[in-house]
Amino acid sequence: MIAELGHFSLWLAVGVTLLLGTLPLVGAQRGRADLMALAKPATHLLLLLITISFACLITSFVRNDFSVLNVASNSNTELPLMYRMAASWGSHEGSLMLWLLMQAGWAAAVAAFSRYLPLPVQARILSVMGLLTLSFLLFVLLTSNPFDRIFPVPLEGRDLNPQLQDPGMIIHPPMLYMGYVGMSVAFSFAVAALIGGNLDAQWARWMRPWTTVAWAFLTVGIALGSWWAYYELGWGGWWFWDAVENASFMPWLVATALIHSLAVTEKRGSFKSWTVLLAIMGYSLSLLGTFLVRSGVITSVHSFASDPKRGLFILVMLAITVGAALALYAWRAPKVGLGARFSMLSRESMLLANNVMLLVATGAVMLGTLYPLILDSLGLGKISVGAPYFDAVFVPIMAVLVFFMGLGPMARWKNDSLPELAVRLRWAAGVTVVSAALTAWIGGNITIGSVVGLLMTFWIVSSVLAELWERVRPAGGVQTQVLHRLGQLPRATVGMMVAHLGVAVFVFGVTMVGTYDIERDVAMAPGDSTTVNGYTFTYQGTQDVEGPNYSAVRGHLVVTRDGKLVSDMFPEKRIYRVQRNPMTEAAITSRVRGDLYVQMGEPIQGNTWLVRIWVKPFVSWIWFGCLLMALGGVWAVTDRRYRVRATRSESAATGATASAVR
Amino acid sequence: MKLRHKRLAMIGGVLCAAGITVALLLNAFQSNMVFFYSPTQVAANEAPTSRTFRVGGLVETGTVKRDGLHVNFVVTDTAKTVPVRYEGILPDLFQEGKGVVAQGQLKNGVFMAREVLAKHDENYMPPEAADAIEKARKGQSRLDQSMVKSGAYGAKP
Repeated sequence: MIAELGHFSLWLAVGVTLLLGTLPLVGAQRGRADLMALAKPATHLLLLLITISFACLITSFVRNDFSVLNVASNSNTELPLMYRMAASWGSHEGSLMLWLLMQAGWAAAVAAFSRYLPLPVQARILSVMGLLTLSFLLFVLLTSNPFDRIFPVPLEGRDLNPQLQDPGMIIHPPMLYMGYVGMSVAFSFAVAALIGGNLDAQWARWMRPWTTVAWAFLTVGIALGSWWAYYELGWGGWWFWDAVENASFMPWLVATALIHSLAVTEKRGSFKSWTVLLAIMGYSLSLLGTFLVRSGVITSVHSFASDPKRGLFILVMLAITVGAALALYAWRAPKVGLGARFSMLSRESMLLANNVMLLVATGAVMLGTLYPLILDSLGLGKISVGAPYFDAVFVPIMAVLVFFMGLGPMARWKNDSLPELAVRLRWAAGVTVVSAALTAWIGGNITIGSVVGLLMTFWIVSSVLAELWERVRPAGGVQTQVLHRLGQLPRATVGMMVAHLGVAVFVFGVTMVGTYDIERDVAMAPGDSTTVNGYTFTYQGTQDVEGPNYSAVRGHLVVTRDGKLVSDMFPEKRIYRVQRNPMTEAAITSRVRGDLYVQMGEPIQGNTWLVRIWVKPFVSWIWFGCLLMALGGVWAVTDRRYRVRATRSESAATGATASAVR
Repeated sequence: MKLRHKRLAMIGGVLCAAGITVALLLNAFQSNMVFFYSPTQVAANEAPTSRTFRVGGLVETGTVKRDGLHVNFVVTDTAKTVPVRYEGILPDLFQEGKGVVAQGQLKNGVFMAREVLAKHDENYMPPEAADAIEKARKGQSRLDQSMVKSGAYGAKP
């Protein structure tokens, strides 16, 4: 009964999105306030229906209702409750339900926090979001119904893929989807503005916080995925340039470009049509990512026994959504206008450079991801493009990007002079070179990559400090004013600085791991020890342990440094009872200075095991840097001007609506 | 006049930069492409000798021999075979009789693998892989056609 209720409310939701996607849009075109006013309640109703449906799915999982095919294929009575709940988004069907829930949630959030938006704008945005939801609802109902029944009812389920039985499963997909689907808000703002024909600084100010929040979620989601792959999949690295990773990285790159171009649109009114195009691209790439992951053109933990019908459906959906948006863009964008002029050396031109580099990066990732797929589908041979290509392309792009990252915030809007900028940044440049040289000398093992990475790191830090100093330096040399001025810094500026420092932390982590990472595979009998980078690992032997739904062999290694105990490490080799897959559960000792990473390989003879030992300096800085970026974004969104202007424009909007009604 | 020259120079500069970027990008792409060859193709000397490539098929039963850190095994597409040597720990899902893809270089008839990728999920066989093995069993050795859908092996989530 519960499954049918969930299924039924999805169909009701289709009805609601049909209304939401048409009536308010028509109302906005004709100036009918009664039709426009439907948008908000319809959005809330949509969220309610999808929440009910999602709750039904979770209930089916919690109650082990194996008469539901989805539950039978992805759960098991032995599966701990936490993972039974997370299993509801562990399958293809379930993950689409999560997508729908997020989509409806974002739409409801726009409805709730959009009191300051003029009614027609609000109606158009919610309508567009309704249409996007409709396409996904149809996708779920027509190709991937999570509530399908199975008969005869199996006694036991086939269990969740062991690799997904991890706390990462509970948090990574929701975060990532918040980001993916959050791009639809920017998309809807852009499309609504194209339909309405009013793109101005005000529009950019409305759209900016939404985009930044979605970007922050995407950042955290990708970082979590990377961290998860690092510790759970046992690959030991943090990024593999796998097609699925790239699928999430492309929208991130475009979203990053978008939040920077929005800054120009808001502050200077320039880059308008470019901003709109980026907003359309961002969501399109989210859809493309979905297509790549869900259609079965690539196979991984994320893709499931695939059905060509699904791939085709997403492809058609992608074509319609992107095609319609781009057609609208081609038709309306010429009216948008170009905005204020700026000179070759100005903050605008720096941000333009940022955008160009980010899009080149997107193009490079797309080439490396799609070209092998296209070649293969045309039967022209099989190739793979691995990390060497992406590394070769990304390091120079990032270097240029980071160079401009230092200049951009220092440059003045509209026009700046090169000599003056050089003078203002001379200390930063000096500090960068000296600290990079010092660090490289201390670390040893100097390579081009490590030098470039260190220069990038210190360039960001020192240019952020230079900017901070310019902003807080008291005019008359009164030292006591520094703290006061520090407190007066706008949150948007602080947020930007924090995010940029996050990039520095990230780059530092990447550089250190890339340069000083040590991997050692050793055959060890009980009592054997080996020393890696000053750490002595002593193997104590193994013991058998039983988990809730797996059996494992657990190794024990004692790690010492200079005779002092560092940690006891317990790597495991697990066999999950239902799916019979072996799983390597790495043991990781994580500290600020770096991680020790130990994996059980395979037994050679008796008690002798192959053990893999990794020493990874500063690896956790990579994820901490991403977290800083996201925090910076969120902090910037709380800036006063979004709230103050919001209240002001609210009264203006109410006035306008009142006159429109009359 | 001056302004126009300046603009022309700017446009020229941008075009140059774009051209160089694209050239570098494509160059990096080309020099890092890794091709896939089936054991039959390797046996027919179609595979390059001094370039990294991938070879894939099934791990022939009874051929996996471990010698300390080193491991030797034979990859087959049921028509021809390639001996593979690898140093280190094999992935969890590496098993005799199961699918595998190795990346490395050919040296004196032995494939020196630097990376060994195994299938992700024991129960799930990509339809194209099943199809390919079926074809290979018929002696057509068409494994290369679809066995390794770029990410079918060793793809990270």
